[in-house]
Amino acid sequence: MGLASYLIVSTLLFGIGAFGFLARRNAILMLISIELMLNSVNLSLVAFNAYIPEAQNAGALFALLVMAVAAAEATVGLALVIAIIRTRQTAEVDAYSDLKE
Amino acid sequence: MELLIVLIPALPLAGFLFAVLVGPRLDRVPVHGHAEHGEESHADAAHGDAGAADHDAVDESGFRPIPSEEEQAATSPHAGHADDLANSNGADGVIPPELNDGLGQAGHVTEDGPQPVYRSWIVPVGLVGLSWIFSMFVFAGVVFGGNEYHVTLYEWIGSGDFRIDIAFTVDSLTAMLLLVVSTVGLLVHVYSIGYMNRDRGFWRFFAYLNLFMFSMLLLILGDNFLLLYVGWEAVGLCSYLLIGYWYKKPSAAGAAKKAFVVNRIGDFGFGLGVILIWVNLGTLSFREVFEQIGTLEGGTVTLIALLLFAGAVGKSAQFPLHVWLPDAMEGPTPVSALIHAATMVNAGVYLVARANPIFAESPAAMWVVAGIGVFTAIFAAAIALTQNDIKKVLAYSTVSQLAYMFFALGIGAWVAAIFHLVSHGFFKGLLFMGSGSVIHGAAGEQDIRFLGGMRERMRWTYRTMVVGSLALAGIPIFAGFFSKDEILAEAFNRGYYLFYVIGVVVAFMTAFYTFRMIYLTFHGRWRGGRDVFRQIHESAPTMVAPLVILAVPTILAGLLLGIPPEGGLIHGWLEEVFAHSEAAGVLPGSLAAGEHHGFELLGIGGLLLLVGASAGAAGIWLAYRWYVLDPEAPKRFVQRIPFGLGPGMYAASVNKYYVDDVYQLVFARGGVLLANALWWFDAKVIDGAVNGIAWIAQRLGGLLRKVQTGRVENYGLGMAAGLVLVLIAYLVIRP
Repeated sequence: MGLASYLIVSTLLFGIGAFGFLARRNAILMLISIELMLNSVNLSLVAFNAYIPEAQNAGALFALLVMAVAAAEATVGLALVIAIIRTRQTAEVDAYSDLKE
Repeated sequence: MELLIVLIPALPLAGFLFAVLVGPRLDRVPVHGHAEHGEESHADAAHGDAGAADHDAVDESGFRPIPSEEEQAATSPHAGHADDLANSNGADGVIPPELNDGLGQAGHVTEDGPQPVYRSWIVPVGLVGLSWIFSMFVFAGVVFGGNEYHVTLYEWIGSGDFRIDIAFTVDSLTAMLLLVVSTVGLLVHVYSIGYMNRDRGFWRFFAYLNLFMFSMLLLILGDNFLLLYVGWEAVGLCSYLLIGYWYKKPSAAGAAKKAFVVNRIGDFGFGLGVILIWVNLGTLSFREVFEQIGTLEGGTVTLIALLLFAGAVGKSAQFPLHVWLPDAMEGPTPVSALIHAATMVNAGVYLVARANPIFAESPAAMWVVAGIGVFTAIFAAAIALTQNDIKKVLAYSTVSQLAYMFFALGIGAWVAAIFHLVSHGFFKGLLFMGSGSVIHGAAGEQDIRFLGGMRERMRWTYRTMVVGSLALAGIPIFAGFFSKDEILAEAFNRGYYLFYVIGVVVAFMTAFYTFRMIYLTFHGRWRGGRDVFRQIHESAPTMVAPLVILAVPTILAGLLLGIPPEGGLIHGWLEEVFAHSEAAGVLPGSLAAGEHHGFELLGIGGLLLLVGASAGAAGIWLAYRWYVLDPEAPKRFVQRIPFGLGPGMYAASVNKYYVDDVYQLVFARGGVLLANALWWFDAKVIDGAVNGIAWIAQRLGGLLRKVQTGRVENYGLGMAAGLVLVLIAYLVIRP
């Protein structure tokens, strides 16, 4: 166990999140994928914080900041998505292409 | 005395303000086409036509026609001519009602005030009269008392080294101008009361006239070049306003514009000259400039002199900027008399005379002045020979006579030039006012081909105009004789023999065209419409009186000022002004350079006098033979010119030697072509570049808009790809 294993987990999580975001067509699931990516970053941040004392807890503070932003983003994002789902009666993002050129 | 000098220009300014502010309330003028009066007003537009049919309608419309012939003659010279005027080209004096605009005076005629009332002249004319009295005091103080006055009112501009005072100076040169400007100005004001009667812009006319008097007096009284320049521009403005006084008449509006634009060309040069003086000498005050002008190098002085002369050429209508003055005759005749004959056009002569120390320093500039003068003199005279419009004859005559003055200035005959300026101011003012009286009497007819035999009907106009014409023709005892012959004698004495010969030829031509005009107008048989002839009558007393008064100096000025020739009173007065320029322009080997001791009746001087007088007499005799004894003679003469050039020469003269047409072609058409070329450049190249850039941006945007699919996953993929690219780039660059 070392910094590397945390980073591997973090990378895997980020990859799953990215893949989910790109591959999924459901708006809710895409939001969840975004959360996954954010949390992978959080994980790497606290891992760095633990293994690098010179950082003086900067990693943990950043992780807190990211969590706050993620919470806000999730709130707004979910509200938007639910509003769209209500009007469109579907969660498929393919149906949300009115703003194409 | 200081107060008087300040009041001289201040009074007309006050008159102007009064006329503008209060004038409109003082006049009650007929309102044509007023909504309530409808048709009747149009019937009345004929200015109280005495026809019985119109009578009732006129009464109802609110003002009565003038009842008797006498009163009609006395109060309204326009009466009953409106119909004729509407048809005649270049009608002057009376304006067709649709053109007659009092600038928003509608409503001044009310039901309870039916009679037209004109009172707005009282204060302006009164103030100009007062100004004239003061001018005479100052004139006497300067000329007889031998004083010179300086008044500094206050510092006008004080910015660093640039210090300009509002200051007036009256020396004998200014005094001579003061005499002409104030006298002719006052008489024209009086004359205008009669002439402009029944014009709906009555008060406006007097406002402009007073503003002009102020500007002109400022011009001649000013103590520095900037004040002179201010007056110079202001008289130009007044000239514009008054030429375009009947601004609804397209020809008048066009003539005003032309005068303004042509004058700007000269004024631009004048302005540059003033700036050049300031840059080189650091002062604009006349005295200081003239004291220091000798310290400058020759080239600079010549440039300054020529730039100043450019202004003079524009204002005094010399070739090649003479084209505006004949057109300026579109203005009311009192304006032609005052501004375009007796005062404003003299400003150029005054400028050169005032700046004589500058010109005296530069022989080259003197040659230019003399050359332009001689050429314009004969050129304008050659046009005047064939003109048919009575005012155009006088206008070209004015150009020619002004050119005479420049010719005199250019050869260094300063006093003679000013002498001619004074006498010309009087007799040309007289001739113009006389022509206005003729036009009035003949119901607006200005073409001398359709006039004739008017001397029986207009005795005083005839007499005074003959006096003026004799003076213009240079017949002994009349003012023009002395001043003109002094110029010719100076030209001879100073060694300009070619110029002298041309001058004599011009004198002959002047006499000829002047009396051609007189004979065609007053002698022979009436050639116009019969109904017009019945209405010919002597003008109102306010119009005839100025003619008679002006005839007095026209007869006496020469005798009083010019005897003996080359040493008369005027020489004593003006000696000081031109003291250090006296030797300028004398050619080596001439009489003046050698042993010339002034005038000798039984010597060269007497001979020259005889030649000048004979030239004038010969011109009159020829005019008499051609236009009274044998009217077919001019045609035969034209036929007799060898090589069949006669008709062509005649056409060229009638068409003013095509100068206007050349200007039209070169500057007007050329301007349009240039503008078109620039327009093309702007539309194709400049706009093309702008539009081209926009087009490129649009095309690029067109490519990029394909990316905007509206699918979130595509955007996400784009972001991911971008992230990968950044990562790869980082990895590639970093190691």
